[in-house]
This record gives sequence, structure tokens and C-alpha cells, in this order.
Amino acid sequence: MNLAPGSLLSHVAVLPIVLPLLAGAVLLLLGRRSERVAGITGAVNIVALLGIAATLLGVTSSDAVLVYQVGNWPAPWGITLVVDRLSALMLGVTAIVALASQLAALARNNPLTSRFPALLQFQLMGLNGAFLTGDLFNLFVFFEVLLVASYAMLLDGAWRTRLRAGLHYVTINLLGSALFLIAVSLLYGTVGTLNLADLAARIAALPAADLPLVHTAALLLLIVFGIKAAALPLGLWLPGTYGAAAAPTAALFAVMTKVGVYAIIRVHGGLFGAGAGELAGLMDRWLLPAGLATLALAALGTLAARDLRVMAAWLIVGSAGTLLATIGLGSEAATAAALFYLPHSTFSGAAMFLIVEWIAVERAHAAAARERYQIDAHVRLAGGAASGTAFFVAVLVAAGLPPGSGFIAKALVLDAATVDPATLAPVWIVVLLASLCTLVALVRAGSAVFWKPMALPALDDSTISRRGTSPGLVSAIALLLGAGIALVLLATGVHAFTSTAAHALGAS
Amino acid sequence: MMELLMASGIGVLTAAGVYLCLRSRTFDVVLGLTLLSYAVNLFIFSMGRLSVGKAPILRDGVPTTLEHYADPLPQALVLTAIVISFAMTAVLLVLALRARDTLGSDHVDGATRDDPGRKP
Repeated sequence: MNLAPGSLLSHVAVLPIVLPLLAGAVLLLLGRRSERVAGITGAVNIVALLGIAATLLGVTSSDAVLVYQVGNWPAPWGITLVVDRLSALMLGVTAIVALASQLAALARNNPLTSRFPALLQFQLMGLNGAFLTGDLFNLFVFFEVLLVASYAMLLDGAWRTRLRAGLHYVTINLLGSALFLIAVSLLYGTVGTLNLADLAARIAALPAADLPLVHTAALLLLIVFGIKAAALPLGLWLPGTYGAAAAPTAALFAVMTKVGVYAIIRVHGGLFGAGAGELAGLMDRWLLPAGLATLALAALGTLAARDLRVMAAWLIVGSAGTLLATIGLGSEAATAAALFYLPHSTFSGAAMFLIVEWIAVERAHAAAARERYQIDAHVRLAGGAASGTAFFVAVLVAAGLPPGSGFIAKALVLDAATVDPATLAPVWIVVLLASLCTLVALVRAGSAVFWKPMALPALDDSTISRRGTSPGLVSAIALLLGAGIALVLLATGVHAFTSTAAHALGAS
Repeated sequence: MMELLMASGIGVLTAAGVYLCLRSRTFDVVLGLTLLSYAVNLFIFSMGRLSVGKAPILRDGVPTTLEHYADPLPQALVLTAIVISFAMTAVLLVLALRARDTLGSDHVDGATRDDPGRKP
């Protein structure tokens, strides 16, 4: 069902792109006057985006698909925005994580500069655009928008320590963009359109001579999205980059790997799904092994990490691996499970980065206090109970233990793998062993951080605020963990929503 | 002949770009990415099919099919791609200069000759 083009509601579809663009421009000016006012204005704008996402979730949950033709140009030629359940879900997840990131950035003595709120808005524009666009070239354009904002966000503040990570990150993403363009133009050259709905219809009826070229383009796109999603041979840039980023930035970057996963679901699931004739399911063969290998490596990475930030980054890699493997199962139930796992892993990954920042701030605070008062080395951490509890909850969620949202998400993934006996053993073995490794690594890290007498930490890290914990950071963590708890409480409804979303994706 | 020239031009540019990207100095990498983006732009352009003496502008009395006109879409796409790759190269160049300035080395991993163990 399409809504009438004239109705006011149909324009809501373009707001998630326009609002951050305008807000970003205003915040750039406002940030010069007052960093705090800019940050709060940015947060208010993100709350508005959250409201829009909720509206769109409401509209799409009644089987409506909002199609918005920018400038009223007819479909295969103009810029098309499409809002279905999947895009609305992604918009909501992004807005929640962005709100947490902005709240965390409001912390006093933050190393981030006054440009951060504006950069966050530009990043949001790119993310939302990528989730809404209905054609492949605009997906490329919005990828570039979100990437260029992320380059600036990564280097914002203490950029000297992040130059090396930034250089690697920019280079690999530029290479990815080049491959993306080659794939896009290859598709245009053979199929003659870039509109996703149009492409799906034409690929199903492709002459046999064009199949190898389209196959090549599809696999090139898989490489590009694999770079974004940090799939195994392509994702080794991620731990260094995310580990180097400031905590609010890293929390937002937790969404960025999900953009790659989203693009695979949207492009490969949409164009090469069951109805694509000879090319149907060409990605499943690659996604399942790549996802499982990524997950296995991430489990080892969490065990080997000596820095909590790097460990949190490996958790992000692991969640991307699980998602890719689940999508690679290729069934509707698997996609539904992946769509449930996606918000869970985004919230818990982002929360972990912020909790690590909280611990770092507290440790620096305690060490500074000890230096001042000459307390002995067995000093207890001031306020360690609160951050310890948050860490404990995050561990439960991230490792997939029962009360957390990770338990339900992983149970759904494992259940989806039982359908095909060939996938049952590899998926169960890798996912369960990886969960065990993650749990061991996190518990070991937690007991070392919270129960061992504090060795004097190095105080030369300029990224750490020394004036204690700020309410912004704590409320951001509470927001993310609360979103995870809401996922558990509303699990039946959310799963029903992701199931219908997966069904709609499979049917299109 | 035109097709051969175009195809081998794109091939040589890509090969040179990939080679330069794999080198260890940041300036080489920047040059490599630039060459690669040239190759990509030419590739996009050629996806509208190569033709001589056809404009993408409609004329009276000529049927509006691609047999009589050049495809305007790849031209629009290539313009967008040029602008974006130009901007991205500028970002990378600034980053490379800053890295050279701050880390005291133009190695992509920021390692200096005296301190080979500084690789990440």
C-alpha cells in the first residue's frame, strides 16, 4: 500500500535526512559560542529523530511501505526513498545509539571539540540516508557522507594519538568506495538501472550472456559491504580504529558495521533472493563461512586483548560475524533472527565502549585522589560498585546469558540453524564456543579490573577526564542497557515484527 | 580501436594504482588511490557505451532512444564520483601530511627507521 503522495505524512520519510543536515549546519555555528548548548540542541534533535523513527515504525507495522519520490520525479529516474519495516527499525536503533553518544559527549572535561555535535548530525544524515534510499547510487553517496563524517569524528579531539588508525581507516574505505563504484557501474552497464526495485525485476529476467558480469558486480558489492561490516579477511582494520576512537565516537561506530550488514540484507537479499532466477542465493555460500570465521577470530581477539577498548572492539567484530553467518543461512527465520540480533548487539556493543570509558574515568579519578592523599596501594575504587554493576549487566548481555537480550537473540540464531542439518553443526559449535570464549574473556577482565588491588595506572592518557563521572555518561549507559532490557521485555512483539519484516523482504 | 584504448587505459591505471596502494609510503598510497579513482571514473563513463558524435541533449525530430543519443546517466554519475573522490583525496592528503608531521615518518604504519618496533 502506498500512501497518497500529497498527504503530510508522506513527507516524514525525508525528515531523517533533512533534519540532521539542517541541525548540523546550525550546530557548526552554535558550537563556536557554546559547546554545551550545541550538544544539548543536538540531543534534542536526535530525540525528534527518535520520534520520527517511532512514527515510521508505527506506519510500517501495518503493512504500509512509504515510498517518497524526491522532487516528485517518477520512480526509476528520480531519487527514491523507501521506508519499510527494516529501514524503520534501523532508523530507531541508530537514533537511540546516537542519543547515547551525544549524551556521553556532554561529559565535563571531554576531550572532544565543539565540532562533535555537528559531526554527529552529519554522520546521522549519512546513516539515515543509507537506510532510506531506494537506489544503489544514492547508497554509495550516503555511504560517502557517513564515512567523511566518521573520518572527522575519529580524529576529533586527541587526534595525534589516532593519526595512524585514521590513515588506515580512510585508506581502506577509499579502496572500498572505488570497488563500490565499479560494481555500481557494472550493474548499470549490464542491467540498465540502479533503482533497487527495478534492478530486482530485471535481474530475474536477465539473458544468460549477462549473468557472469552481474555475478561479478554482486560479489564486488559483497566485498564492499564486507569491508564495512568487518567480515573476516576484510575487517582487520576495525579493532585498531575503534579501539583508538573516543568513547562516544566508538559507541556510534557500533552502528556503522551494522550499515554493512543492512546493505547486504537490502541489496543481496533484495536483488539475489529466491526470485532472482539463476543468481538466487549467490551470497549465502560466502556469507556463512566468512561470518563463522569472523566470529571465531573475534572470540580469540577478545581473549587476547590487553586493553578493554580493544576488547570492546572485538565484541563488535564478533557480533558482525554472527549477523553475517545468520544471514548466510538464507532462510526467512534466519533473517528474522538476524534482525533481532542486530539491535541487541548494537546496544550492547555501544554500551560496552561507554562502560569502559566510565571505568577509565573512575580509575584516573581514584589515582589522582590517591596521589593527593598518599593512600596505600590497596585503595578501593571510589564508586566502583556502580560501574561494576553496569559492566556485569553488559557482560551478561554481550555473552548471551539468560536474562540478557543476547540470550534470546542467540537462541533465535541457533534455532534458525537447525532447519538445515548441514549448517547445524558448524553454526552451533562456533557460536557456542565463541560465546564461551567471550564470557571467559569478559569475566577475566572484570575480575582483574574490579577485584584486584589497583596498580597505579598510567596517567598520561589525555583522553581521560579527571573530574569524576558525569551524569551524561551514566545516563547514556543507562539508556543503552535499558534499551537492551526493553528488547527482553518486548521480545515477543519485537520478534513478531522482525519476522514480518523478514517475510516482506523475502516476498519482494 | 577506441574500445581497446579505453580498456587498456583503465587496466593500466588500475594496475598502477593497486601497485602504489601496496607501497609503504603514504604519498605513494595517495597517488595510488588517485590513479585508482581515475580508472574508476573512466570505467563508469564507459558503462554508458562508447560512441562518437552523440550528445545527451534531445533534438527535435530525432527519436528519443539511446541509439541516437549518448546515455546521460553515466555522465551524471561520473561527475558525482569525481567530486567525491576529489574531496576524499584531499582529506587523505591532509591526513598523510599531518601524520608525517606528527609521527615524524611517512610510513603508513607511522614506524620510523630508528624504532622499527612501533608497528601496531
